[in-house]
Amino acid sequence: MTRLELRDVRKNFGELEVLAGISLDVGAGEFVSILGPSGAGKSTLFHLLTGALKGEGEMRFDGAPLDGARFAFMPQRDALMPWRRVIDNATLGLEVQGMKRRAARERVAPLFAEFGLDGFERAWPAELSGGMRQRAALLRTVVQQRDMLLLDEPFGALDALTRAAMQRWLETMWRNHRWTALLITHDVREAVLLSDRIYVLSARPARVVREVAVPLPRPRTESAALARKAAAIEAGILDILLGTADPISRPSDGENR
Amino acid sequence: MAVAPAFTKLAPAALAFALLLIAWELYARLGGIASTVLPAPSRVLAQAFENRAALADNTLPTIRATLAGFACSLVAAFILSALVDFFAPLRRALFPLLIASQTLPLVAIAPLVVLWFGFGLLPKILLVALVTFFPMMVALVEGYAATAREISQMLAAMGAGPWRIFFLARLPSALPYFFAGLRISITYAVVGAIFAEYAGAAKGLGIYMLSAKNNFRPDLVLAAVAVSSVLTLTLFGLAVLVQRLAMPWENTKGERHDGDKPSRDARQ
Repeated sequence: MTRLELRDVRKNFGELEVLAGISLDVGAGEFVSILGPSGAGKSTLFHLLTGALKGEGEMRFDGAPLDGARFAFMPQRDALMPWRRVIDNATLGLEVQGMKRRAARERVAPLFAEFGLDGFERAWPAELSGGMRQRAALLRTVVQQRDMLLLDEPFGALDALTRAAMQRWLETMWRNHRWTALLITHDVREAVLLSDRIYVLSARPARVVREVAVPLPRPRTESAALARKAAAIEAGILDILLGTADPISRPSDGENR
Repeated sequence: MAVAPAFTKLAPAALAFALLLIAWELYARLGGIASTVLPAPSRVLAQAFENRAALADNTLPTIRATLAGFACSLVAAFILSALVDFFAPLRRALFPLLIASQTLPLVAIAPLVVLWFGFGLLPKILLVALVTFFPMMVALVEGYAATAREISQMLAAMGAGPWRIFFLARLPSALPYFFAGLRISITYAVVGAIFAEYAGAAKGLGIYMLSAKNNFRPDLVLAAVAVSSVLTLTLFGLAVLVQRLAMPWENTKGERHDGDKPSRDARQ
């Protein structure tokens, strides 16, 4: 069952063409990734989905035009508020929805153990390690109980080891909860490890150059045979990415523009 | 803060201050300077004690004017800064005016304000507000602008409107800036009140200093100066204390936990 459906979504910033007709869909309980080079406009696509930006083209959710309150958004970097304790960061989305702080805390508190944050309810974000901060940010995202998760390079700011640990942890979490999720990343391994399908974007102006299914069983970190299959898919995607545009010869430009 | 580190931190300043006082005392006693020109610190202290009733009597109105003026200034800074944050064009309209207000020489403006508003509390409130308002206003406006963009975007995606975003994100983000501005402006507050009283008042440290000077009593002038310094330092200390209480998360920096038990989650 298709939930999110994009047809020929375009976005220009003045003369600069950022998205040149993106079409994709995400089914219920499906984990889909958008993979592309830095500066391709992946974050722009997310801002279109959350309504922060307006673009052209058709965006539908469950068949109806997208109305904004469908997504729980997890931004790049954790965006935890340093002045709120971890539990009050986790309840933020519920409070914005109008829930009383006390009720929101009662809803969120039982989830701390599963997110590896047990005992840190009253801690300040500055007291957490990078991985814990990211888990707190994901907790804040999922408790909003929206139809779909939007994850914008959630592990991009972490060191390699923490990132690998977080990817494995997220895969486990996803197997338990089967959230409908759309992940933006430029990390090929991350996309292959986590996704059911991957949309590979070209360099700017971004279009979908390939849709790659990842038909591997889960969990995907258990056996060497699986790792070899995953590596083959990764290699194929890298060929697509490096074949469409040579990222080395392009002037580097940031993702956040 | 533990007692020992606090002592080590304050010791150099206390030592320098003590040395200055000793040098002054020695110069005043051994240099043959008349006490009507430069009284020794010991004499200032003795005279302050002897005139403690009159000093206290004149200190209270100054405290009242300082606090009332500062409170008005604080409220005005909050309201105006919020307005400026919501209506950007207002900033371009107001800031040149505010900057111009900071160029007014207090010695010239204080007598005029007294002339216009009399000897009561109002001109003092206005002058204290004039000197303390600007640093807080600027600090707040810059502080709002320093809100992390991710946080605003995330709140917007959660469905929060501009007011929610202001109170949930922009105001707390501005707190460190606000307290920096507060510490600056609070050191001007007492001076502003004294200036106002100097220009005309029934009672107050300013008018006390003026009459002591006219009576050739520099020792009493300096005694009043010492009282005003203590007032300012107390207010400054209070501001630091309030900051610590208002921003408890700032006191825990650098004590990160590594609570990643099963996963081999390295520190960032």
